[in-house]
Amino acid sequence: MTIRYSKDHEYISVDGDVGTIGITDYAQNALGDVVFVELPSVGKAITKGGEAAVVESVKAASEVFSPASGTVVEVNSDLEATPSTVNEDPAGKGWFIKIKLSNPSELDELMDDAAYQDFLKTL
Amino acid sequence: MTDPHSHSDTPLKQTPLHDLHVKLGARMAAFAGYDMPIQYPSGILQEHLHTRAAVGLFDVSHMGQAILSGHDAVKRLETLVPGDLAALAPGRIRYTQFLNEDGGILDDLMVTRLNQSGDQLYLVVNAGRKDADFAHVRARLPHLTLNVLDDRALIALQGPKAAEVLSRHFPGVDTMPFMSLRHIEKDGIAFYISRSGYTGEDGYEISVPATHAVAFAGSLLQAPEVKPIGLGARDSLRLESGLCLYGHDIDTTTTPVEAALMWSISKRRRTEGGFPGDERVRLQLAHGPSRARVGLLPEGKAPAREGCDITTADGVLIGKVTSGGFGPSLNAPVAMAYVEAEHARIGTPVHVLVRGKPLKATIAKMPFVPQNYYRG
Repeated sequence: MTIRYSKDHEYISVDGDVGTIGITDYAQNALGDVVFVELPSVGKAITKGGEAAVVESVKAASEVFSPASGTVVEVNSDLEATPSTVNEDPAGKGWFIKIKLSNPSELDELMDDAAYQDFLKTL
Repeated sequence: MTDPHSHSDTPLKQTPLHDLHVKLGARMAAFAGYDMPIQYPSGILQEHLHTRAAVGLFDVSHMGQAILSGHDAVKRLETLVPGDLAALAPGRIRYTQFLNEDGGILDDLMVTRLNQSGDQLYLVVNAGRKDADFAHVRARLPHLTLNVLDDRALIALQGPKAAEVLSRHFPGVDTMPFMSLRHIEKDGIAFYISRSGYTGEDGYEISVPATHAVAFAGSLLQAPEVKPIGLGARDSLRLESGLCLYGHDIDTTTTPVEAALMWSISKRRRTEGGFPGDERVRLQLAHGPSRARVGLLPEGKAPAREGCDITTADGVLIGKVTSGGFGPSLNAPVAMAYVEAEHARIGTPVHVLVRGKPLKATIAKMPFVPQNYYRG
């Protein structure tokens, strides 16, 4: 399993040709209490940098950008009932969608954990 | 993810409690030119629920406070606002609005009549409008003296246990009527204590000299019932309580009639007029406005935020959301909107477009949660 990070604080955890996408702990903390998550339909094609989901806190709505291109194969429908899982376990049970990667080489443009931790220090 | 925070390079002003907020771990952000606490570590949801259950302490020192004084101050200020100030007993507070010549709202404010003769009024106006408001008052009422109290902080203490807590510091304030003010001297410090607020809960707004603000806020925060509350929860609290936010739910394009603030204009003022835009306001009162501020309850969990279009079930555009978000006490999305008058009836089913998608919603009664003001 490989985990890669975007500068917009999304992660993609890759297992074979399927990537699980969510937001990082830094991102959930910046958002505050998540009260709603809008997820795409299974089968939807999404592109790197395009909208993967919308996450809403009490204050504001934020788009979650897809760190890679692919087709949605599964969404975390548990988030409909308990959106706060995004705050409690962003890297685990708080994932948003799984996509079948259409261009795995896109992952090379993302940061590994060490690079992301360094990036956070610059913010 | 899109950055949930806005950034500004403009230097921000600070309230006397700024360093206390930072010490308490607040997330600070720009609001009306001030560096203000948006939330503390417990987060907006908990802060909101705590205020409804116990007591929240809010720094609202960014708001404008002033004393307007001079002969016939009550009568003269009535030429700028539709509120009935002449009917105010000494020590009583009125909510009203500065209007322009078209009846549009320049700002909303609280006016307290400080004495029997009516030559001294205490005004509290919105932070983002205070410079414009004070310039307006000075230009339009040159015979009066406006003393801006920028050396005072303003602390709101809100929630069902606020009276119990504040009585420990000021015995007797628990029986102050809603919308009244007391001037209390304690240890040589002058406090103006108003029983009023912006949360729908019982509570107070306490004006204290800036030099004593940190010590006073600190002493209030020592009570186990009291937690500091940021502007995030202040917004969700006022939204659930159906209270307008200037620049969003009311502005120069809306009249008090359209804004459903008719309750703030007495029969005498409606009949006599004598305030800016009185003709338009009276016409709208007589014939009904073409649009009205209403409450909106979206079905499901998706918040409908400011700017979302509202349509009929057939897709005809009838209005727009002016404030919207998630109501933590209701555990559901809530919004305020303007819709065409014929669709403003409570219970009307409508659609609200959230990210282009029509979601079912209903025109609803406000406040969305019961108001818990002190009624004696």
